Amino acid sequence: MSLTGLAKLPVLMRFALIGAAAVIMPLMLAACGSEPPPAPAATAAPAASAASQPASPPTAAESDTIKVGILHSLSGTMSISETAVHDAELLAIEEINASGGVMGKQIEVVIEDGASDWPTFAEKARKLLQEDEVSVVFGGWTSASRKAMLPVFEANNGLLFYPVQYEGLETSPNIFYTGATTNQQIVPAIEYLLQEGKTKFYLLGSDYVFPRTSNLIINKQLAAVGIEAVGEEYTPLGHTEYSTVITKIKAADPDVVFNTLNGDSNVAFFKQLKDAGITAEELPTISVSVAEEEITGIGAENIAGHLVAWNYFQTTDTPENVKFVSAFKSKYGENRVTDDPIEAGYFGVYLWKAAVEKAGSTDVAAVKEAAKGIQFAAPGGMVTIHNENQHVSKTVRIGTVRDDGQIDEIWNSGSPVVPDPYLDSYEWAAGLRELAQ
Amino acid sequence: MTTMSSIITVVRNASAPVRVHDRIGSWIAPAIMLAVLLAAPAVLSDFRIALLGKFLTFAMLAISLNLIWGYAGMLSLGHGVFFGLGGYAMAMYLKLESAGGKLPDFMFWSGLTELPFFWAPFKYAWFAIPMTFVVPAVLAGALGYLVFRSRITGVYFALITQALALIVSILFIGQQAYTGGTNGITNYTTIFGYALNAPSMQLTLYYASVAALTVAYLLCWWLISSRLGRLLVAMRDDENRVRFSGYDPAVLKTLVFSLSAGIAGVAGALFTPQVGIISPTMMGIVPSIEIAIWVAVGGRGVLLGAVIGAVVVNGAKSGLSESFPAVWQYFLGLLFIGAVLLFPSGIMGLLRGEGWQRPWWLSREQIRGAISRLVPGATR
Amino acid sequence: MEVWALQLFNGLSLSSILLLIALGLALSFGLMNVINLAHGEFIMIGAYTTYALQQAALSFTGDPQSGVTFLIAIPVSFVVAGAAGYVVENALIRFLYRRPLDTLLATWGVGLFLQQLARSIFGAPNVQVVAPPWLGSALTVTSDLVLPIKRVFILALVTACIGGLYWYMYRSSEGRRMRGVMQNREMAASLGVSTRRVDSFTFALGSGLAGIAGCALTLIGPIGPSLGTFYVVDAFIVVILGGLGQVPGTILAALIIGMLNTMLEFGTTAVVGKVLVFAMVILFLQWRPAGLMRAKGR
Repeated sequence: MSLTGLAKLPVLMRFALIGAAAVIMPLMLAACGSEPPPAPAATAAPAASAASQPASPPTAAESDTIKVGILHSLSGTMSISETAVHDAELLAIEEINASGGVMGKQIEVVIEDGASDWPTFAEKARKLLQEDEVSVVFGGWTSASRKAMLPVFEANNGLLFYPVQYEGLETSPNIFYTGATTNQQIVPAIEYLLQEGKTKFYLLGSDYVFPRTSNLIINKQLAAVGIEAVGEEYTPLGHTEYSTVITKIKAADPDVVFNTLNGDSNVAFFKQLKDAGITAEELPTISVSVAEEEITGIGAENIAGHLVAWNYFQTTDTPENVKFVSAFKSKYGENRVTDDPIEAGYFGVYLWKAAVEKAGSTDVAAVKEAAKGIQFAAPGGMVTIHNENQHVSKTVRIGTVRDDGQIDEIWNSGSPVVPDPYLDSYEWAAGLRELAQ
Repeated sequence: MTTMSSIITVVRNASAPVRVHDRIGSWIAPAIMLAVLLAAPAVLSDFRIALLGKFLTFAMLAISLNLIWGYAGMLSLGHGVFFGLGGYAMAMYLKLESAGGKLPDFMFWSGLTELPFFWAPFKYAWFAIPMTFVVPAVLAGALGYLVFRSRITGVYFALITQALALIVSILFIGQQAYTGGTNGITNYTTIFGYALNAPSMQLTLYYASVAALTVAYLLCWWLISSRLGRLLVAMRDDENRVRFSGYDPAVLKTLVFSLSAGIAGVAGALFTPQVGIISPTMMGIVPSIEIAIWVAVGGRGVLLGAVIGAVVVNGAKSGLSESFPAVWQYFLGLLFIGAVLLFPSGIMGLLRGEGWQRPWWLSREQIRGAISRLVPGATR
Repeated sequence: MEVWALQLFNGLSLSSILLLIALGLALSFGLMNVINLAHGEFIMIGAYTTYALQQAALSFTGDPQSGVTFLIAIPVSFVVAGAAGYVVENALIRFLYRRPLDTLLATWGVGLFLQQLARSIFGAPNVQVVAPPWLGSALTVTSDLVLPIKRVFILALVTACIGGLYWYMYRSSEGRRMRGVMQNREMAASLGVSTRRVDSFTFALGSGLAGIAGCALTLIGPIGPSLGTFYVVDAFIVVILGGLGQVPGTILAALIIGMLNTMLEFGTTAVVGKVLVFAMVILFLQWRPAGLMRAKGR
């Protein structure tokens, strides 16, 4: 009906029509959207299986594939980091599909955009679980997005693989944490710095839960050896003016800056630190949220010589990593880099596949049971899912940033470190678990 | 007597979109929509109903903005703050109930050992629920009185309320111990002792939203058809005439701004349990601008327009982002540009036959030609 | 003592950055009463222009750090962002001059569109502009007073922009027409000034200045699709405090906010500093709603 045609109807009918349409149309639109979009991985399905059952009823067709969801921010401020993890997860799914799928079934992907907005993450998670009935969701980056999704996954008994290092103190029965918890990144980093003879620590972070909780733990850890941080400073998320903070750091004269800034702020901080004439030799910093992907945006020459702590670098020397890096580059371009969260997103898909095949079904309880102790030779070395807390054991690595933006490993933990999200095995952390639960 | 007649002149001169006595717009169309909303759970899945429930809280928020923007001409770009404050008041109650007497988790992470004094009374629903209205209303009243007394209007008012949104969101992010920081407050399990995630509870909350929206609609409708409503429109069109007629615009505006903020707060209180989270992102600058866009798309100065705008824009947002997760923001951007440029009086204006603006790249003849080709015989 | 000297310099530097991002907005918002929420995205266009130019230089000469590239990037960013502004003004804003609040909504849409466009062309992750070597060093006054050359350069750039703007407004015939339209649109029109032309030109000029800001900000900040959102609110606060349509007021406001913010942040924290500054601006507007400098006439 054209607009002029509409204008000819009686006024009352016009209102009734549009009023009803206004309510129903968006919902129809939304419902159409919930039809599985032609995801890239799904097109990789071998033509043979599709051709063999040309007239199979929908139920049979469904059982040929397993639906999984990917939920990252593809728009908004967090998309600078999350799109790469989304790419890695798609790569893993494509590889699995090309080599025969999971239990002989192809994986079908439903992609949603969290839009860097926490309530949207909750909405999209609910949509994936209730409407699409996916077996598992790979997604999230910020702690806030995970906290927003957590009640949804627990209420709908879904399964989430969360790929980013975080502040610990959490074990949801419905989440697998493939990134590092505190005892796999922050605690060993501080131990390393203490061994190196550093005694004056300056703690700098963005103003949100990860830096604040990390610094709470660091302060406890330092207090155990009789040290007090010489400064602790938080800046708003997205802050880009660091000259005053740098003046404060200079005045405090620390041995090392422990940096938990997030995203874009790192770019401004490192550029301005270098401009102020402060070199990595004079004042090294150690960062726990700056990986190869972020270094590209900061500019290698601005951060070269500074330290980072992770579980994986693109330079990590394993046969699996050689394969992973070349697969990632050939799919997404030679100038792309891999890093820790990208790797954790990638092997998370493989861990889930192993658990499903061991369980023989995608049923959440069965997969969780089967996942206990499952191992996978990830690009960064062997990873093992912990029996109780659903985190993974991984090797801790500390490295320095090179002039070309890659990272040279200068220390590692030798063997994978068992995850300890509540830091039960550390005396100075006594009481954290009781308070957190 | 002269006072009255001069006001009547002002009202009579009020520009087109306001017709308070439009019976169809005010009664019949809303009644049909209400019927559709009440019947919706019969045809839609649980997820879609939850989504629609969320949109309805947005619709209520849009009504509250339309009251002060469409009728009184004050564009607030800080309405997300009032929505958020209501949401937080509700979240405090839900969190305390779920924590079962213990300290909420984020407080412990931030090093608090006991409940802050201003949190304590929120464990009682009888306290928390009225607060969802009172807190935003009082804040808006205080800010409004200061601002309107200095005769700040139009663009300045918009930008000052925007600065308010910025300050409040930075403060809420910064005071993690008291507000949950960036994460906001999440992970509630029960409401009034019932499980929050049960489908029956979600349905109850949906109907509660429908009811609250209806009440808000009726309240605003009553207000704008009263003498106060006429004064508002009169102030929008010529504030000085109203002032010279012996009224104090500052007091009137403050009153309406405060009421509008209160309605926004109640909408926020309904949003929190349905979505399961309230966070400072809802109070930032971006959501507050979006609210204005809902109203503009639906039709300024028509109460129903706000409802339609909120539901249509959010429905489109959800639908587009589900269908085109990577590029949906193009469509959203174009929707806003198109709505302002081609349909300045929104969907409601379109319905009333006030029509649309001719795109500048087409001549009248070209449009007439196109229509007659599409719909033979439809040319006027 | 040196700390205070350094903080004074930091304050001046922040003021210059604020002024650079606000100058274009002061033109379009102040002189034409258009709320341009896409201003941040014009800054982004300037930043990405600099990046694209550098990539081009890299593929032709193999040397991204050539100092000349960056110097060329400044006028090119001005032209590209200005052209984008010209297009937006002609296609959109000229239909909305009578509805200032509508320009807000429409330009918001433009901003969303441009952000997504940047994401489609350059990818979602941040990109990097390599600063030329001659900007990389620091000016060492005493061992504790080290001034980054980049910030000195930005100060000089802002000074040059203001000089250029002053020359344009007060010494050129185009500028005289612009001031004429500002002061009395109807009168200017009846004297034969094409107000249409002045409007689109002023808007393009404001966007071009945002482009220069974007180019300069690549030196010290991140470069990504949502870069504009970090700066646009600060720019608005400066313009409001300065007073509508008052370039001198904008300069004064940038100076006050920059200094105040730096000093407060040094005494407290970044979060508290920012909140205090905004609160003070709001309170000031209670006292003088029209900002620091009132527009005369009209």
